Amino acid sequence: MRVWVLHLGLIAVLFTAQYWLSPYLATNLARIMVLTVFAMGYNLAFGYTGLLSLGHALLLAAGMYAAGLPAQLWGWTAGPAFIAGIAGGGLVAAALGLLALRTAGVSFMIVTLMFAQAGFLTLLYFAPITGGDDGFAVAATSRTLLGFDLSADTPRFLAALVIFAVGLLASLALVRSPFGRTMVAMRENEERSRMLGYNPFTVKLAALTISGLYAGAAGAAYALLFGYVGASFATIQYSILPMLYVLLGGAGTTLGPFLGALLMFALIEAATGLTTAHQFIVGAALVALVLFAPKGILGTIRERWLRWLP
Amino acid sequence: MTNLLHPTRRGLLMAGGAGLLTAALPGYVAAQAAPIKIGFQLHRTGIGAAYGRWYERTAQAALKAINDAGGIAGRPVEILFEDDATDPKRGSEVVDKLTQSDGCDLVMGTLFSHVVMGSAPRAGELKVPYLVCSEGYHVASGALNRWTLQPGITDVRAQISTMAPWVAANLGKKVTMVFPDYAFGHDHRDFFTAAIQAQGGEVIAQIAVPPTETSFTRYFPQIPAETEVLYHVMVGPAVLTFVKELGEFYGTGAKPQLFGFIDSLEAVDTATPGLEFLEGTHFWEAHPRVKAADAGEHEGHYRAAVGVDDNGASVSDAADVSTYSHMFSTWETLYFIKQAMESASYAGPADRQKLVEAMEAITDLPYGIERPQGAKRFNGKTHQVFGSQHISQVQGGKLVKVHTTTIDEGLYEDAVDYTTMSF
Amino acid sequence: MAFGPFLLLALMEGLVTAAILALAAAGLSLVFGVMRVVNVAHGEFYMLGAVLAWAVTTMIPGPPALAFLAAVLIAPVLVAALAAAADGLILKRLNYDPEATIVATIGLLYILQQAALSLYGPNANPVAAPFEWRIQLPWFGYSGYKLFVVLAAGLVLLALWAFMTRTKAGLIMRATQVDRSTARAFGINVDRVYMGTFALGAGLAALAGVLIVPIQQAQYLMGHDPLLLSFIVVIIGGLGSLRGTLIAALVIGLSDGVISMFFTPTLAKILATLLVAMVLVFRPQGLFGARA
Repeated sequence: MRVWVLHLGLIAVLFTAQYWLSPYLATNLARIMVLTVFAMGYNLAFGYTGLLSLGHALLLAAGMYAAGLPAQLWGWTAGPAFIAGIAGGGLVAAALGLLALRTAGVSFMIVTLMFAQAGFLTLLYFAPITGGDDGFAVAATSRTLLGFDLSADTPRFLAALVIFAVGLLASLALVRSPFGRTMVAMRENEERSRMLGYNPFTVKLAALTISGLYAGAAGAAYALLFGYVGASFATIQYSILPMLYVLLGGAGTTLGPFLGALLMFALIEAATGLTTAHQFIVGAALVALVLFAPKGILGTIRERWLRWLP
Repeated sequence: MTNLLHPTRRGLLMAGGAGLLTAALPGYVAAQAAPIKIGFQLHRTGIGAAYGRWYERTAQAALKAINDAGGIAGRPVEILFEDDATDPKRGSEVVDKLTQSDGCDLVMGTLFSHVVMGSAPRAGELKVPYLVCSEGYHVASGALNRWTLQPGITDVRAQISTMAPWVAANLGKKVTMVFPDYAFGHDHRDFFTAAIQAQGGEVIAQIAVPPTETSFTRYFPQIPAETEVLYHVMVGPAVLTFVKELGEFYGTGAKPQLFGFIDSLEAVDTATPGLEFLEGTHFWEAHPRVKAADAGEHEGHYRAAVGVDDNGASVSDAADVSTYSHMFSTWETLYFIKQAMESASYAGPADRQKLVEAMEAITDLPYGIERPQGAKRFNGKTHQVFGSQHISQVQGGKLVKVHTTTIDEGLYEDAVDYTTMSF
Repeated sequence: MAFGPFLLLALMEGLVTAAILALAAAGLSLVFGVMRVVNVAHGEFYMLGAVLAWAVTTMIPGPPALAFLAAVLIAPVLVAALAAAADGLILKRLNYDPEATIVATIGLLYILQQAALSLYGPNANPVAAPFEWRIQLPWFGYSGYKLFVVLAAGLVLLALWAFMTRTKAGLIMRATQVDRSTARAFGINVDRVYMGTFALGAGLAALAGVLIVPIQQAQYLMGHDPLLLSFIVVIIGGLGSLRGTLIAALVIGLSDGVISMFFTPTLAKILATLLVAMVLVFRPQGLFGARA
């Protein structure tokens, strides 16, 4: 019960944030929420199921282009484009899983990395359609949903919030369901789970596909809410980003991804305000964090004080 | 004599009047002194960092010159720099930060085209003028919005098209092109192929190289033997390798004429050991790195202001070569902003639309300290400026200007009319 | 150019790539194999080797060969020392937990990159090769220094192999790799072995950077590609197998050159990447690794 209060409470607080945050911070909060959806998907694969993937940028880009290309080529509006984005992410994740899940551990990491690289290069290869490295701006007509203009502050914020809320509550329901526990079982001890009758391959494939649905949603949301689609989102830094958020905030916690995303933003803002060598501060902060809170912030909190945190 | 305890009516009136005046004065004085804040989207880190450094220095120099001369409409000018890490996502966030958090009047400075593409939509949403220093064709092609302009530097389409006549007449008509396999390189491929064909020439091979490639020897066998001109434009840190390996591959034997773009050698000394192969070859330059014998009267003053010697290197470190063919864009953009703000009687962010309209009305930009690269002509419909281009030859390890094109040679039909679009 | 010479050139180029890759990957193979941790900052050690080589050669006057020799001796040692410090201060305190090490080394990557940017700058600066010698073959010219790189890398790897198999220190390292707790039970100071391994891995990467810098110039972002490639080589070759790493480096280096002869570069890279992925999908232990 506490758990639901906590999560719904957070959503409620974020809803009100549009009123007491400056427009600048509110728009950045919308960005953070969209990236959190990406990180939540990563968390489900990595934090809960133990799949260390370095190829999630492929899934983010899949969602982004699955939404952006129909908008660009056939004039789709935001609603259908968004659904296409989610589907795109899920399909690519499933295809990726069918091949990559034949490996495990570090091999899995490299295979996912390779497929993501191949995906990025393919986007460059088909530059006449995809815009390649430069990318393209999503037309204003495709950024309307139910009559609302998604490029305006309030509809954008609300759209991001709704997507975030659905993602968060769905992940909460998932991890507390029997399937969620099976995911954790796979992470903890795959052999024993297999002996108990669970099929590791199908469980992991399902987890990866769900992760892809989240990534696709995040990519599509970014394209439609912020108006830009580009191949740079398929590069390795966007595979490292969700991992960073998750590890910072707490892998295997539902709220960890959000906290991690929020923290990284705050850290970069503070660092760029202080010095031009901001990368240094971010790096030092990461090292400090991992030395003193290795399970991530919420992970450490859950371990020490609040054991009921999901 | 007024008695403080028993002031006369006149005394009271005087005091009251003085008080009112003093109350009004700070507001009046403040309005006069309120600085104009220009946001600068800078590539301080990432692949654009080498350019970013010189962009910052040149912008600071122009800022000082403008402020020393009284600022813009009497108001002092400030530039706020924010690092976009040469990344499109971060670029969009930086536009946001500069406009909403730092309260800038407008944003300028971006070079790399993918960052421009990623950031321009946000500038359009925020309705803030976004002046890029990018030399990309994306502005004039109509891919962006009415708030984006490029008044400080010519675009690659004009640059490339003006080279074809000289190349065909002086070097040869059978051309092999080597270019990076992304938008910038594709522009070179497409525009030059069309332009040389118009001169009766032909591109007999197009060799696309991945932008992150570090070794080029394997591509050279693809250069056909009958190539008369090898056209090369490499970007990124590997350009020195490209030239060195080209030299190793050909040696002193038969080789085609070379024609390159200085983009390959920005921030690199042409006298570097290993670049001997470039001796006698030609390069496009926007702004001749080595001070030409017939340089304009303001050239010396400009070089002194930005801290660059007559060879194009930093006055404090001769090994620190500048990105001379690109950095002038920041200087000229700042003076363009000054001209537009003064003609629009710009008072504050509420006048941004008026400012863009004033910019669109600008046409001729004569040579002067405001335009150290040369006279320009601004096209208000395509939001792109046009100017002269130069061709230089490497002689004794130094670039010597041999040819200058006219502004008219670089013109092309409008692909878009932003003035018909809504803001 | 005829097919034969074209192929020869592609193979020669591939050999140079393979040589450098083998050095960098050998360093990673050691770290990965012995310590079982993912060092995301491995590419930065390579970059630091190149940058320090530039620093050393600019500070030492005289013939380029002398300055280069100094760089070869000094740069890897400095980078190894830095790596040892990083291990002692950070990784050891994390108890080499895999996930924590990833985050910590990402942080280390940012720190090292920014340090290079702030202290060295964003430019790509060249370093003079120790000698300029152009070999003229009937169909094309080639750099003699590149052949020297292949030779040098080969010698270093030979020395590494001798170290690992013929010396006591190498034996201790291999023992720790096979079973950490048993090694400890035998009185081996595992922490010191780890520090030494990490330092040696970084030193090898730095040496690769020093050797490549006369060909490629030193730039603060140059560690990105070698990192990816090193990981690919190590995994394909098989965890814990130095011989596998070498052979994988050869295969990947040579095939990269040859594939690019037949396809456009981007397509060639796509195919090469997918090939690597498929090898792992159908043989997850790599070419020479033992089945887990």
